[in-house]
Amino acid sequence: MAKLKDSEHLLRLAAVFLVIFLSFLFIRTHFVPKSFGLYGHYRADALKEITARPMAFAGHQACAECHDDVVKTKAVGKHAVVNCEACHGALQKHVEDPASVIPQLPDTGVLCARCHEANLAKPKAFPQLSTKDHSGGEKCKTCHQPHSPLLQPGGRK
Amino acid sequence: MPVDGFMYPNEVELQWSVLIVLYPFLTGLVAGAFILASLERIFHVNAVKPTYRLALLTALSFLLISPLPLQLHLGRPERSLEMYLTPHRTSAMAMFGFVYLWYLMAVLVLEIWLDYRHEIVKLATSSTGWKRIVYRLMTLGSRNISEGALKVDDRVGYAVTMIGIPSAFLLHGYVGFIFGSVKANPWWSSPLMPVVFLFSAMVSGIAMVMLLYMGFTRLRRQLIDMRCVDTIAQYLLYIFLIDFALEMLDLIHRIYEADESFRSLGFMLHTKLFFSQVILQVLLGTVVPIALLGLIQFTNLAEHLRRKIYATSAVLALIGIFAMRWNVVIGGQLFSKSFLGYTSYKLDLISREGLFVAGGLMVLPFVVLYVLIKVLPPWPTETVKVAAAN
Amino acid sequence: MSITRRQILILLPAAALSWKYLLAGAPELAPNYTQSEHWWGMLIDIPKCIGCGNCVRACKAENNVPDGYFRTWVERYHVDDFHIETPTVDSPDGAIDGFPGSKEQGGKNFFVPKLCNHCVDSPCTQVCPVGATFDSKDGVVLIDEKYCLGCRYCIQACPYGCRFLHPEKKTAEKCTLCYHRITKGFTTACAENCPTGARQLADLKNPSDPIHEYLKTHSVQVLKPHLATGAKVYYSGLDGSVR
Repeated sequence: MAKLKDSEHLLRLAAVFLVIFLSFLFIRTHFVPKSFGLYGHYRADALKEITARPMAFAGHQACAECHDDVVKTKAVGKHAVVNCEACHGALQKHVEDPASVIPQLPDTGVLCARCHEANLAKPKAFPQLSTKDHSGGEKCKTCHQPHSPLLQPGGRK
Repeated sequence: MPVDGFMYPNEVELQWSVLIVLYPFLTGLVAGAFILASLERIFHVNAVKPTYRLALLTALSFLLISPLPLQLHLGRPERSLEMYLTPHRTSAMAMFGFVYLWYLMAVLVLEIWLDYRHEIVKLATSSTGWKRIVYRLMTLGSRNISEGALKVDDRVGYAVTMIGIPSAFLLHGYVGFIFGSVKANPWWSSPLMPVVFLFSAMVSGIAMVMLLYMGFTRLRRQLIDMRCVDTIAQYLLYIFLIDFALEMLDLIHRIYEADESFRSLGFMLHTKLFFSQVILQVLLGTVVPIALLGLIQFTNLAEHLRRKIYATSAVLALIGIFAMRWNVVIGGQLFSKSFLGYTSYKLDLISREGLFVAGGLMVLPFVVLYVLIKVLPPWPTETVKVAAAN
Repeated sequence: MSITRRQILILLPAAALSWKYLLAGAPELAPNYTQSEHWWGMLIDIPKCIGCGNCVRACKAENNVPDGYFRTWVERYHVDDFHIETPTVDSPDGAIDGFPGSKEQGGKNFFVPKLCNHCVDSPCTQVCPVGATFDSKDGVVLIDEKYCLGCRYCIQACPYGCRFLHPEKKTAEKCTLCYHRITKGFTTACAENCPTGARQLADLKNPSDPIHEYLKTHSVQVLKPHLATGAKVYYSGLDGSVR
């Protein structure tokens, strides 16, 4: 048929396109990650990978196991709502190996001012002051016990 | 990085660089050049026929280079295949791979092949050396250039061009949608964005082909077909007017509504974007070319004067459209989403997304075009003096 | 009732396709953790925030956040009288070292901690071209750093500026609501280390979570409600000047 002969080159082109398309499908089965699409349009394994990341902070529940006395002291003081690692830093490593990973005690000269240095934007009711005027450079620990910082009536801790 | 006022801490560094300015500029040229080619094919504007093949080859050159700025910009370019493997259907960007492939294979390559097949088959027998191999490959094994076959080519080519016009709109329109659909960014978020992008693309594409035609004809020491360039310039003017109207509509709308972003954006326009938007894009890049092209419609200037005006207008238009892409992409990242501050864009010279790379990517399409012209000459090989404008 | 051949032809491939999903079941992420039993959010009590920056430091330590980028940060606002549309805001290095004394005098001053809002209709998930960022079934927006190609579209789409490109990994990153902690019964690093309880993790599906009582008795807002992102970080006592 004359018509078909004159369109033959188009069929060749269509064949080329088909080959390209089929190879794309093949590549696709090979390269799409196996867990993709199981729970949504994402790699399901990613959920496991994200969940498996290591923790740096142990969480305040972990401290009571060994440091129950401090926890009890803190629980009745002004710092009751302040969690241990908020001042002592990330301690998961210490929890995993308490003997060999000994955390450094924070420097109260720097630590306390972070919360208690006076700032216009801090809530008025929050205890804040000018540390320079208050202690003239002396470290807070000199007078205040960090776990129960309010001074007892009569003077020092 | 100097910040004026306040920016969210993660906003200070720009995410999308000059390469992302370049991408819409390049694909815009593709869409615009194709629309010019379709003027002749579909709308039978015979006057522009001398630029038909050149427009198609120009479109192809820019299309082949356009994925490069995107690849170079990606944080992990080795994963770019993922866009083809697992495209996320709600993402306009995911459409890129498929729209690009569709346009490349089912429109441009197909149309060029069909139009050139006659010469390709001839050259497959007449040429020698590596050229012969190239042409023979391009024939796909078929040597049929009978009248019947060529008629089939013509009809299919017509259909391809018909599909090609909305495909060209899609190729560049979706880029506009990528920006226009981001509700987080009031400089971008607008239903007008795809339309503005499209019309400015047409301006740039038409200007580029006109410039290339005049340039190449000069290089070949031939006579420029004035009827052709006069017609192209007319269409350029019409599209330019629509483009200008759309941009002014956006501006007037913003000024009138003056929503919460207005104060911040207005300040940015008066300061950081003043040169690139007010001077380059609007004045030099739109108003001046429109005035020049409009002048020609109402006067009877000599040919050589008209040619100079066309060349100047085309160059200014291209600068203006590039500036428009810059103002959209970079401008959209210079202000804070808190509307309380601004940052600045540091364009470095030699990094992966620096000035040299951008410059190289701008030159590369012309290199590709040069090769394409050698392989698929858009002009008859004998020297022919084309009749002057009637 | 006998099954026709036609029915088999339809049911069999459908069964084969869904078998894979059936076998997958719910993900075994952590012991005793079922995604469908949780719907995570956060409560931020503005009047309690003292701008100490502990949360920013804790997040950095927990998640190895690179210098100069922030998964969470704190902003300080200064509002003059009735000029709520033009506050003065600062966030020195994201407040990683807290805030220096205010230059501004008078007016209204307060702190606003910010983080990813884990939106229900997150615009960032919508625009990701490959599915590298996704919404988990328990309401956390996460990033698959092995799949992200670093196109940065999600960073552009986030109205809150909570995303950034990791300078070394070259993939997008943001707050994960400490997913690796909350799935194991711990709270987020920022909430754990907030000394005043201004930041609290909330499990909206847990009937005994204190947030339900809190929401009954306090006025809360989300950031940029006009964008309808479905943000799940609830701010109590948020001023109208907050951007």
